[in-house]
Amino acid sequence: MSAKGANDKGRIETVEEHPLDHILRQDRLPHIWCPGCGLGSAMTCYAQAIERVDIPLKKQVLLSGIGCTGRIAGYVKVDSYHTTHGRAIPFATGLKIANPELCVTVFSGDGDLFAIGGNHFLHAARRNIDINVICVNNFNYGMTGGQQGPTTPVEARTTTTRYGNFEHPLNLPHLAAALGAVYVSRWTTLHCRHLEKSMEKALQKRGFTFIEIICPCPVGFGRPNKLGEGLEELRYYREKSVIKNDASWDEMVLHMRGEEPIVVGDFVDTERPTYLDLEEQMLRAKGLIK
Amino acid sequence: MKYWRRPLDKDKIKTPKGHIYIIPDRCKGCGFCIEFCPKGVLEESDEINRKGYHLPKIADGKEDDCMNCNFCMLICPELAIYTEEGE
Repeated sequence: MSAKGANDKGRIETVEEHPLDHILRQDRLPHIWCPGCGLGSAMTCYAQAIERVDIPLKKQVLLSGIGCTGRIAGYVKVDSYHTTHGRAIPFATGLKIANPELCVTVFSGDGDLFAIGGNHFLHAARRNIDINVICVNNFNYGMTGGQQGPTTPVEARTTTTRYGNFEHPLNLPHLAAALGAVYVSRWTTLHCRHLEKSMEKALQKRGFTFIEIICPCPVGFGRPNKLGEGLEELRYYREKSVIKNDASWDEMVLHMRGEEPIVVGDFVDTERPTYLDLEEQMLRAKGLIK
Repeated sequence: MKYWRRPLDKDKIKTPKGHIYIIPDRCKGCGFCIEFCPKGVLEESDEINRKGYHLPKIADGKEDDCMNCNFCMLICPELAIYTEEGE
């Protein structure tokens, strides 16, 4: 910004490279997400978190299913799997049991993890497999045209619920907590700093960790529900979100309309023996391993 | 920032200064960095990039306000903007 002309006033210095470029696959970028989508922010927070934690990038594995969020595994330059629809958690379970040294993360959408892959989530959390599940919740199936999904709030309009949704949505943090996940938190894509800290914590924690990210979807959810573009959706989050770490389960339900708050926070942080811990402990007690 | 009372260590603690960098052709004009900069440093400019989106610029009189908090980097979905410690 040395030679400042009259037209250059306030011009930001331009560069070619970003400090996080070495964590992303440059040949795959720019990404396919719409302007105003929050998935890019979630990916940046994840890239920052894996750079900050003490686990080498060689030991990190990222898995995803199908959908807009499923693209993340293709963009981050760690070992990654873009798996079949809903089956990211079984792949992750297999990876972790075959090579317990890996830090395994599943990054996928709400439809992929909770509709098609719902059962896998239940059993991975029940077994307390040492994997991290990050679910980006945009309340609809974005890639296929904004259909109603398992997290679409009551009365919300999507392309398949023209008169408003009649179904009760899943309450993801409550579900994860009830199944015994050791770390459960929820943030919106506006809470970048909290989200990044939560991801760092989840990556380092032993056991099944779950983070829900509430993400604006301007085309699939914002437009039919009159929430506006991505920017207006983030303004809505700023107005309505409340950090409450000891929230009860009925406070965690998302309504996404009227004066109802969006309760975010670190809901659960406990310890429980993992699948591999128990296996080792019991086999050792029986004298089968030394 | 206006203090209600003057902090005892105000002379010892220096406010960090940041310098903003942008990769213009990545920007998709979502406006997140402009809206959510805690110090309100950025505003939309008339300049457009190769994709036809309006880039952010530093608002009048805010040239020295960036504190290198890097929030713009975290919230930018396109990895197009970041800050580094400046002079």
